[in-house]
Amino acid sequence: MKIDLNQVEEAAKDLYIRALKLLPPDIKTGFQRLDAAETDATGKSVLGTMIRNITVAEANDNLLCQDTGIPIYNVVIGANIEVDGYQLKQAIGRGCARATKEHPLRSSVVHPVTRINEHTSCGRSVPVINIDFSPDREVLSIEMIPKGSGSENNSFLKMAIPADGIDAVKTFVIDCVLDAGGKTCPPTIVGVGVGGTADLCVHLSKVAATRPLGSACEDPEGAKLERELSAVVNDLGVGAQGLGGDSTAFAVHVETAATHITMNPVAVNMQCHSARRAKATFTPAGVAYGF
Amino acid sequence: MAHYEFDMPITEAQVRALRVNDTVTLNGTLFGIRDATQIHMFDRGRKTKFDLRGHAVIHTAPNVKWVGETQGAPTGYAPVCVGTTTSARMERFTRPLMEQYGVRIVIGKGGLFAASQEAFTALGGAYLAIIGGAAALETTWIESIEDVDLDDLNPESLWKFRIRGFGPLLVAMDSHGGNLYTKVTEKARSRREQVLAAIGVGGK
Repeated sequence: MKIDLNQVEEAAKDLYIRALKLLPPDIKTGFQRLDAAETDATGKSVLGTMIRNITVAEANDNLLCQDTGIPIYNVVIGANIEVDGYQLKQAIGRGCARATKEHPLRSSVVHPVTRINEHTSCGRSVPVINIDFSPDREVLSIEMIPKGSGSENNSFLKMAIPADGIDAVKTFVIDCVLDAGGKTCPPTIVGVGVGGTADLCVHLSKVAATRPLGSACEDPEGAKLERELSAVVNDLGVGAQGLGGDSTAFAVHVETAATHITMNPVAVNMQCHSARRAKATFTPAGVAYGF
Repeated sequence: MAHYEFDMPITEAQVRALRVNDTVTLNGTLFGIRDATQIHMFDRGRKTKFDLRGHAVIHTAPNVKWVGETQGAPTGYAPVCVGTTTSARMERFTRPLMEQYGVRIVIGKGGLFAASQEAFTALGGAYLAIIGGAAALETTWIESIEDVDLDDLNPESLWKFRIRGFGPLLVAMDSHGGNLYTKVTEKARSRREQVLAAIGVGGK
C-alpha cells in the first residue's frame, strides 16, 4: 500500500485540532469513576467543573484547554507499506503548522535560548515525531498528542542503584506525586518508566502517561507494579487541582525495559486531566479517525 | 464561606474581607499576564500603559484569532480559547506586581508559595484558584479583548479582557495567612509513610 503524503499532511492537521477538542472516551469514563468515588466537597466541585468543561468544549466546538502543548506524533508503520520516511516527517510538520495557522491555535513552541515563537507550533525537532513498526499488514497509524506543559514540567528521572531495589522505584513515584501537588493539573495519569537507559526510561514514562485508561503494561511485572501503585495513589489526598480529596490520579501506568546489571533507573512523566490524544489509521479502505 | 461579586477594580478593604474557602465572581476588567510578560516587566525594565491598581491578573496566554479592528474587537483580536496556566513558575513576580502596580488579586492554578503569601498579608491581596484545563468554560466568561500591551510577546502579551460572571473562583490564599495548598500538602505528606507501607516499602 502506497501512502499519499497529501493525506498525511491533512491528517496531521486534523489530528492536532481533533485532539485539542475531543477527550477520548476512556478519559471520560475515568472522570465518571473518580466523580462517583469522591468524598471531599471541594474535590467533587472541582471534578464537576472539569466534566462540565468537556461538554462546553463539545457544544461550542472549542478547545478543551488553552494549552496547545508540544505537538507529538507517534507513527506506527505496518508491513507492506510504501512511504518515503523523510517526506512523511516533512508532511507531518506541514500539517502541524497548518493547524496552527488555519484554526488558528496558540503556538506554544519557542526556541529554547532566544524564546522566539515562530507561530507555527514547530521548531528544531518539533513536532516530536516517534516512528515505530508493527507486523500488521497494510496499516499505518498516526497518533497525535498535544502534551501540556503543566504536566510536562513535572518530569523526573532517578538513576537508582540495584541495591535500592523495587522499593526505590515505588518511593520515587510516590514522592514525585507529592512534589508535583496541584501543578500538574490533577487528576493525572502518572506515567512510570522502569529500566532501560536514561533516555529510554524517560521515553517509557511518556508512553505510560499517554496510554489509554484501562490498558495494561504488557510485561506482567510492570502490570503488577502499576496495579499496586494505582491502588494507593489516591490515598495521598492531593486531590483534583491539588485542593484535596480522593482524585489525585486516574491511574498509575508503568512501562518497562531491560536494563544494565548496575542500573535501576526510574522516570516519572505525568499527563494532566485534559489527557488528549487522537489517532488516524491509514488502510486500503481509506483514513479512519479515532482515539 | 461567603460568596462575593466584585466589580473590578476593588479596594484593599474588599480584598482583606476574603477568607480561604470563600468564593468570588468577577465582573468588568481582568488582565492576562504570563511568564514572558513579567520577565520583560520586572527583569528588563519595560513598563505597561495599563493602570493595574486594584485589579486582578490571571496567569494566562490565550488562543486568539485576528478578526480586524471592529467595535466588538477593538484590538483586532477575538478570544478563541482562554484558560489558565500553572502559577508556581511566576512566584517571584507577585510582590513586584503588588508593590509597583497595585495589583490586588492573582488568579491561577496550582497555587503560589511563601513569598506570595507574605506579599498578600503585608500589602493586601489574595490568590483565587480557577480550575486548570477548564478553558472552554472559562472562555464563556470573557466578553472581549478590550486592549493589549507588550504584544511583541504574543501570545504572552499583557491582555485586557472584558469579563462577565467570571467565576465562581475559590479563595485559596488570603491576606490573613490562610492557605488551602499548605493544608493539603501537609496532610498529604503526613500520609506518605502509610501509603509506602501499604505497598511493602520500609517493611524490612
